[in-house]
Amino acid sequence: MMWVPRSVALRALRGLVVFQGRRLSGVVTQQQGKGDSDESALRPLYLDVQATTPLDPRVLDSMLPYLVHYYGNPHSRTHAYGWESESAMEKARQQVASIIGADPREIIFTSGATESNNIAVKGVARFYKSRKKHIITTQTEHKCVLDSCRALEAEGFHVTYLPVKKNGIIDLKDLENAIQPDTSLVSVMTVNNEIGVKQPVSDIGHICSSRKIFFHTDAAQAVGKIPLNVNDMKIDLMSISGHKIYGPKGVGAIYIRRRPRVRVEPLQSGGGQERGLRSGTVPTPLVVGFGAACELAQQEIEYDHKRISLLAERLVTKIMREIPDVVMNGDPVDRYPGCINLSFAYVEGESLLMALKEVALSSGSACTSASLEPSYVLRAIGTDEDLAHSSIRFGIGRFTTEDEVDYTVKKCIQHVKRLREMSPLWEMVQDGIDLKSIKWTQH
Amino acid sequence: MAAATRAEVLRLYRALLKESGKFASYGYRSYALRRIRDAFRENKNVKDSAQIETLMNNAKTNLEMIRRQVTIGQLYTTQKLVIECPEKL
Repeated sequence: MMWVPRSVALRALRGLVVFQGRRLSGVVTQQQGKGDSDESALRPLYLDVQATTPLDPRVLDSMLPYLVHYYGNPHSRTHAYGWESESAMEKARQQVASIIGADPREIIFTSGATESNNIAVKGVARFYKSRKKHIITTQTEHKCVLDSCRALEAEGFHVTYLPVKKNGIIDLKDLENAIQPDTSLVSVMTVNNEIGVKQPVSDIGHICSSRKIFFHTDAAQAVGKIPLNVNDMKIDLMSISGHKIYGPKGVGAIYIRRRPRVRVEPLQSGGGQERGLRSGTVPTPLVVGFGAACELAQQEIEYDHKRISLLAERLVTKIMREIPDVVMNGDPVDRYPGCINLSFAYVEGESLLMALKEVALSSGSACTSASLEPSYVLRAIGTDEDLAHSSIRFGIGRFTTEDEVDYTVKKCIQHVKRLREMSPLWEMVQDGIDLKSIKWTQH
Repeated sequence: MAAATRAEVLRLYRALLKESGKFASYGYRSYALRRIRDAFRENKNVKDSAQIETLMNNAKTNLEMIRRQVTIGQLYTTQKLVIECPEKL
């Protein structure tokens, strides 16, 4: 048994690794960039498509006329400028509805999935608050759902945060047990933004509809990537985002079922646009782009999915073959293949990210990437603290190529090996010491 | 209208590839080239003349779109990606 003061040892260790990572990678760049002045001007590869995707040129092409010539307010009823914008907006509404099998009248344009999630969670809870004061969600939801729930708790609502199993998926029995007579809403995301696991949305929808509870799903990471149908899956409310499906940023939508009718209290007061549920002028160019992105995603869903699966497989097998002690977070089967979250044991994620500066990657959600805390999603799936600190999310999208995957794999292997060689923990493991047997002293 | 001849299809195919090769962005360029090749390969056995005409019209619309987007891409260029420089590999 070994005794090391925990806080001191870990801090020193982390400092050392980060410092050396920075210094070494600096040296490497200098050597390679010898006599090449624009070396530093090269751009890193982009493998963070869960944070946002590039705009598809076909989408931009559909938007440009509305940024140049057709600038009318889509709510102006008295002239042609308004009418042409309105018809473009309605076409976009049709395109968005079509990808999830909804009626266009059930689509409300918003500024993005965060706003849609806020409208769904707060809107439903507040509308039915006189009779129902309970909401169910999961521990691995996106921050905006969790934060909306916190806000509701302050207003006197009760919220159940369902735990998830080791694979990141909720237990349907837990859900059924959590339902109370005054439960108004269940909110469970379709595809997790950090670990890519798919929740059994269809099963949840059927449970909720049989118990007469509204079911909301945050499908920002799922729409256009996996087939979804709000009627087959019994979904009552769904949040969709534009910039996760190669559309523009700043636009999204919420699907709100009409039959049986779901009522929500609007968050924003104003001119009564979007049937009074979301006042404010609809941004025509953005919704046109969003609509085009949905139509494209619908056309390309199979082609993209096949290709992304191939590239993901390539990335995972190559990394796993070369490096031992790599853990894939989340269920290996029930997942969207384009979101791969790997933990490299004995390597700190932040150091690896810094060393891998030629590739734009993230250790989890972009919203929390400024903090050094391990991801709450990984903690919820029971990942050990050290493995949670060593995770990296690889995002593969429509525009990712084989060369990009191979380059990322090569760099990743190289830096993980290098960082492990510097790591005292790795050394101990090689000497056959079980790290779990170490009794870190508490301070 | 008669279905497009083999020569017409090939001419359009080559024009699409040539134009797509001009995309300044690595990602858009490689995607466009791959997507065009895959689409033509996928549809190479289509015999129905109405369907051929629809596909040809789509391809023509796409060619125009690619031309515009290539121009826009060239107006706002940026640095190359690390993998576009062979010495870095």
